[in-house]
Amino acid sequence: MSSIPHDHAAGHGVDHEHADHPGGIMRWITTTNHKDIGTLYLWFSFIMFLVGGVMALAIRAELFQPGLQLVEPEFFNQLNTVHGLVMIFGAIMPAAVGFANWQVPLMIGAPDMAFARMNNWSFWLLPFAAVLLLSSFIVPGGAASAGWTLYPPLSVQTGMGMDLTIFAVHIMGASSIMGSINIITTILNMRAPGMTMMKMPLFVWTWLITAYLLIAVMPVLAGAVTMLLTDRHFGTSFFNAAGGGDPVLFQHIFWFFGHPEVYIMILPSFGIVSTIIPAFARKPLFGYASMVYATGSIAILSFLVWAHHMFTVGMAAAGQVFFMYVTMLIAVPTAVKVFNWVATMWKGSMTFETPMLFAIGFIFMFTVGGFTGLVLSLVPVDIVLHDTYYVVAHFHYVLVAGSLFAFFGGIYYWLPKWCGRMYDETLGKWHFWTSFVFFNVTFFPMHFLGLAGMPRRVPDYATQFTDWNEVASIGAFGFGLSQLIFLYAVLKAIRSGPPAPARPWEGSDTLEWTLPSPLPYHTFETPPQVS
Amino acid sequence: MSDTRPADPRQSNRTLLVKLVVVVVVMFGFGFMLVPFYDQLCKLTGLRDIDNSDRVENSQVDRARTVRLEFDANVHKLPWAFRPLAPVLSVHPGEVAQVVYEIENRTERPMTGQAIPSYGPQSAAAYFKKLDCFCFAKQSFGPHEKRQMPVVFVVDPKLPGDVNTISLSYTFFEVEGN
Repeated sequence: MSSIPHDHAAGHGVDHEHADHPGGIMRWITTTNHKDIGTLYLWFSFIMFLVGGVMALAIRAELFQPGLQLVEPEFFNQLNTVHGLVMIFGAIMPAAVGFANWQVPLMIGAPDMAFARMNNWSFWLLPFAAVLLLSSFIVPGGAASAGWTLYPPLSVQTGMGMDLTIFAVHIMGASSIMGSINIITTILNMRAPGMTMMKMPLFVWTWLITAYLLIAVMPVLAGAVTMLLTDRHFGTSFFNAAGGGDPVLFQHIFWFFGHPEVYIMILPSFGIVSTIIPAFARKPLFGYASMVYATGSIAILSFLVWAHHMFTVGMAAAGQVFFMYVTMLIAVPTAVKVFNWVATMWKGSMTFETPMLFAIGFIFMFTVGGFTGLVLSLVPVDIVLHDTYYVVAHFHYVLVAGSLFAFFGGIYYWLPKWCGRMYDETLGKWHFWTSFVFFNVTFFPMHFLGLAGMPRRVPDYATQFTDWNEVASIGAFGFGLSQLIFLYAVLKAIRSGPPAPARPWEGSDTLEWTLPSPLPYHTFETPPQVS
Repeated sequence: MSDTRPADPRQSNRTLLVKLVVVVVVMFGFGFMLVPFYDQLCKLTGLRDIDNSDRVENSQVDRARTVRLEFDANVHKLPWAFRPLAPVLSVHPGEVAQVVYEIENRTERPMTGQAIPSYGPQSAAAYFKKLDCFCFAKQSFGPHEKRQMPVVFVVDPKLPGDVNTISLSYTFFEVEGN
């Protein structure tokens, strides 16, 4: 572990194109380079995305018809639970950290992350956490099956798969916390001269706020699952009613983490979209300062709305009304953002390359998900729709067509800079349009299913729900296969794409585009002067 | 604001690292602080006072009406014997009544359990006022100890007219670590 590029005095400024890192697998295991680590994060999250996606397809295959065809109900519940955990902690969050690793130092003119060794460690914890989580399928009793929210009493009573899940959550939480500390320190201490806070690109701002959210709530989740663990094995009774505990307490603690977590998953995407839209509208971002303040307001409000996830636990009416109004209030800063994106496009000279298509798709469908969120914020409506497919439709609109689409856009946008080669525009457009169509075929009918009363997390359903479930299942397989186009497009670009110019996007104006393509292994060792 | 980098970046990075780690540790503690916080909140608002006896206003006994009470007893993974001495009782709303349960620890070791009530129909719970109950506290039993324990209660005369039968079901859970 001694060959850390930065510790080699000879490595500085000698040969940037062929940096002095070990070759082969050891390069990736020992790397402290933010670009290498960003790449590792992104590939890890893509693999996890495929793993979670296969689980989703197994779920949709079972739900193609009423009755039980393919999997046992117990296994169905395990798939449901682990699909959620893998997608949240394995795919979306590491992908966002991967973008931060690549882009934050480049966008603020820093040579690397502040704590390069810790950066290596925060990535290499993740594969072990993933192995723990997935190996729970083969232990007696199978994987955790209490839903990704791990509600007691189920999570206190199930088999050892839950213990593996708890440890995996601990490790993934530690990884996120270390990554966040790194990002905050990099942003606050390592900006290039002249890069004041209010000159930072919006992606840097959204990640700064996300990182603060992470260090505030990941420890609370760690505490909650630790309480589950001690309830299970050490005779405590935090959530065990028999010992004077209360299962509802877990929901309060969990959602104190869980709601800010929702914004942890979407804010980096807001940042990516706020970078892509101005570049392809060839206009500066409309309302930069209001975007920063809106992001901050969303982050603060996210701590005050947790109980809207639990309107049906028997809460006092005053509490329900309070959480309902604060939840509706979050729509205001979110709408400011959507308004600013639309205003940025207004009268711009727009072109529609793949990153822009994903960004516009994001705005459309994130807004649909935002509106269904407003519908669900209404207490009387939520009591009817709670735990139905309407909720499933809502959070897949904001997480898949929201977070994930922004990440796809970000990959297409920065890939020419990262690897120095252009992707195939035709493949990118195919990827977008198939994803867009099949996403809606999958998840739009779930609104109808939820309104008609189909509960979530069930392997079987009443026959009147069959038609829309068949449509959703066909859409899901189409969406899953569309992602193979993405894999092919990225691999093709890396292996044989035409060389990319230093600044392939006419309207882009952030610091990374002042560097050559592909990026040298070390960048901004002499900080740029920002005017 | 021309120079945004601190003079000694390593030192200031370390200072910030320490501060952020303190935030993480404090927030981990905060998660556990929520436990007594919610406990107090529920006590103050009376949201969850299932361990206390109910207050009963001096009300008229409604002799015109009879409510049938059915008692059920269960154990959850607990080698105890647990049964009501009388499985069914008819009472008038407003009158003080009592049912006795017999509990026996059938193991060779001392054990502690907690009984949790549930009601059918659910809406009857608010009208079933317990003045004394073995479920208000954890109950410890020595090896093979057998005890008879009462529930003293009043059915509130405000009980909705369509409820003629109330099922009261207790489940005993083991409290570990005692």
